[in-house]
Amino acid sequence: MENLEHIKKNILALFSKQKLATLSTAKDDKPYASLVAFVGDRNLKTILFATARTTRKFSNLASNLNVALLINNSRNDESDFHEAMAVTVTGTAEVLSETEKIRHMDRYLATHPYLADFVSQPTCALISVKASRYFLVENFQKVMILNMDKNNDS
Amino acid sequence: MILKLKDIQEKDRSLIGGKGYALSILSRYGFNVPRTLFITADVYLDYLKATGLQERILLALHRKNLKEMRWEEVWDTALRIRNMFLTKDLPDKIKSLFSKAIKNEFGDISVVVRSSAPDEDSAAASFAGLHESYVNITGIDNILTHIKLVWASLWSDAALLYRQELGLDVENSSMAVVVQEVISGSASGVIFSKNPNDDSQILIESVHGLNQGLVDGIIEPDRWEIDRNSKTIISHYEAAREQWMMTASDGIRCETLPQEKINAPPINKSQCKTLADTVLKSESVFGSPQDMEWTFRDNKLYILQSRPITTTGTSNTEDKRSWYLSLKKSFDNLQGLRHKIEGHLIPDIIRIAETLKNMNLTGLSDDELSVEIQNRYEINNHWIKVYWDEFIPFAHGVRIFGQFYNDTIRPVDPYEFVDLLKNSRMISLERNRMLEELSAIVQADQNISSTLIAKKYSELGTDFQNKAYAYIEAFGNLSCSVSGGKECEAALETLLTIVLEMSRHNRKKDNKKADNNIKVKEEAFLNHFSEDKRQQAKEYLDLARVSYQLRDDDNIHLERIEAQWRSAVHEGKKRKTLQNKISLSLEKTLSIMPDQIEKPESTTPESTGHYNVKARQLLGQAAGPGIATGTARVFTTRNDLAGFKHGEILICDAVDPTMTFVIPLTAGIVEKRGGMLIHGAIIAREYGIPCVTGVSDVTKYIKTGDTVTVDGYLGIVTLK
Repeated sequence: MENLEHIKKNILALFSKQKLATLSTAKDDKPYASLVAFVGDRNLKTILFATARTTRKFSNLASNLNVALLINNSRNDESDFHEAMAVTVTGTAEVLSETEKIRHMDRYLATHPYLADFVSQPTCALISVKASRYFLVENFQKVMILNMDKNNDS
Repeated sequence: MILKLKDIQEKDRSLIGGKGYALSILSRYGFNVPRTLFITADVYLDYLKATGLQERILLALHRKNLKEMRWEEVWDTALRIRNMFLTKDLPDKIKSLFSKAIKNEFGDISVVVRSSAPDEDSAAASFAGLHESYVNITGIDNILTHIKLVWASLWSDAALLYRQELGLDVENSSMAVVVQEVISGSASGVIFSKNPNDDSQILIESVHGLNQGLVDGIIEPDRWEIDRNSKTIISHYEAAREQWMMTASDGIRCETLPQEKINAPPINKSQCKTLADTVLKSESVFGSPQDMEWTFRDNKLYILQSRPITTTGTSNTEDKRSWYLSLKKSFDNLQGLRHKIEGHLIPDIIRIAETLKNMNLTGLSDDELSVEIQNRYEINNHWIKVYWDEFIPFAHGVRIFGQFYNDTIRPVDPYEFVDLLKNSRMISLERNRMLEELSAIVQADQNISSTLIAKKYSELGTDFQNKAYAYIEAFGNLSCSVSGGKECEAALETLLTIVLEMSRHNRKKDNKKADNNIKVKEEAFLNHFSEDKRQQAKEYLDLARVSYQLRDDDNIHLERIEAQWRSAVHEGKKRKTLQNKISLSLEKTLSIMPDQIEKPESTTPESTGHYNVKARQLLGQAAGPGIATGTARVFTTRNDLAGFKHGEILICDAVDPTMTFVIPLTAGIVEKRGGMLIHGAIIAREYGIPCVTGVSDVTKYIKTGDTVTVDGYLGIVTLK
């Protein structure tokens, strides 16, 4: 299981060191990408992010809950090509209810304290993405897949 | 920056490396040093930055963990990096600066281009000989190229591995270059101010001509031991003195020594005395025992370099360095090995296998058979040792040609040279021809085809059966024809299933066309040389072809020997089953024989665990251009061969030469074992099949039945 541990360790390292992720949503076959402040959990099951309810990403989620997130540690210099690591997470988004939002808010703000005012507004939604698969990219081209549901091989 | 001898100050030490700095000290203290220029290490870094090579090198190095690479893969990586240096020109600004400085200092005379890496100074490390130096280089463009080659030698296989071994930072090393006037001395050598075996003595080693032959270990030197106090000669060992290293029109050549020099030691007593005085003076200047390289021209002594003796006696580091040094083999060295292999070893192995095969084992008594089994076991072990000691090092013949080719042609693909090596005489290709013949018979004869489909092999005509057995005897399970029995039936079934599959999908190679292509390419290659150099180019190519062919044939020769051991063991086991009693000695011998002999380079597949981790895209090296998608067939044992279907992707730890016959059926090949010159890659190139090698854990992540794409251009394998 050495590889499983290796992959988990790398994903958790990205979770703890990175603050921003690129979120992909789609509506009517039209893709859209946006930057979100995320928080991942220790067992890799869910990823949280916050968004205003008037945004395009939120409106896309209303019609399609399938999303992908990209988290990476590139530094925007040449060495990224041999050093950088990226993980793409695919999963299903859920807009948290007010009660759930309050329950998860502390965890979210522990990582992003500067967003306290933003997140506490009623027009800001907290979204939880249930991860189904992680695609970890290392060494420029090596791609490993971590399936969160063993039976789901698709 | 370019510095002259007189410009050097203490602060420049880290810029010009220890070797360079020592020369400036020698010059300052009045030692006679050849004219010298220093190209500082920051120029190397500027070049990397300006050309974008830094990240290209690191990408090449990071495809796989260096620690996981076999030595051959490290060599491949080093060759790729070297080719990057060859094909990336110096920026115009650096070029004109160099040209001017070199012209001013040396005019049109030829020079030595030496490495001087700053971390060569670091405490435990001795880099002597690990980086390249080039002697007798003429013409400004040629000199500039060799400066790049010295830089590239920072990334040679030996240098990479040695740095890793010592725990030094591989990625942040840099390289200074020393450019010196060539001193074509009549005698040269090395001198140690303290003999490693006795520190009351000075040790001199000397050869006629240039000292490269001595330093590279090709030419045996005369040796003097001199008392440090009285400076009297204690002993003089006279070498056989057969050859010397001379400057040729470009570079250096090893030549036969003229008669008058064979009889005379390279230096006389008074020159020994001069050397002893000089080395002791150097020792007092540097404050530590010194190891100097020197040469005499017109009886005038020139000091080429001086460095501290890293160790007295043999230390760990010294041992390791010499191992890494052994990775470098010279052309002359390899020619010697070639004569030995072609003239003695190969004829011997064939003759011995034949003699053993013709021996009537059934006529031996139990005790005689017992002795024979042990004898054959020893013979087999002996040849395995020969394989490691002689055949494997001879594979350098291909490598040395690869460098030679790349230096001349500077191709985009550093493995272009392999196309010139293809040789229709390879045994594995002969085997494939026999297979094609069998499949053609099946294709033409509906009856045979139906018999094969029904697996009623006993109903096959004797003519076809004989051909099949002839094949098995020559290339298949070799003990089968001698021992018969179950092993033989299994071998026949494997063979005939493959033949049937081949007859349905005939994939023929146009050998004539391929041969013509090689001729065209060979001509194009040789046309790069002037008349006087063409002979040398031919010699390099010829050596490489022999080396390439042996790389494919050696395992087959070894298998023939092993088969004879196996057949003797089989005879013993048969007696044990059939007779009530066999002699004690035979019983004992059988009990101590291993079940099978570990094959050179064979790897055991790792056990497969239950993962919810899957591979999507695995990284290896592009070893055969092309792209193919198909169903994976994972090979772990030779029995997996029988089920092979046309168009499948062959996934394995290593393509064994004895399994290459399924290659014509495959759509693509993926190997865990890495390297561009391994059997799988060689045969894949022959047939134009996409191939990726050196994929870690490939047999763990890919299962038979998976849909995979082999991208032989990018060196990646993608799972659907």
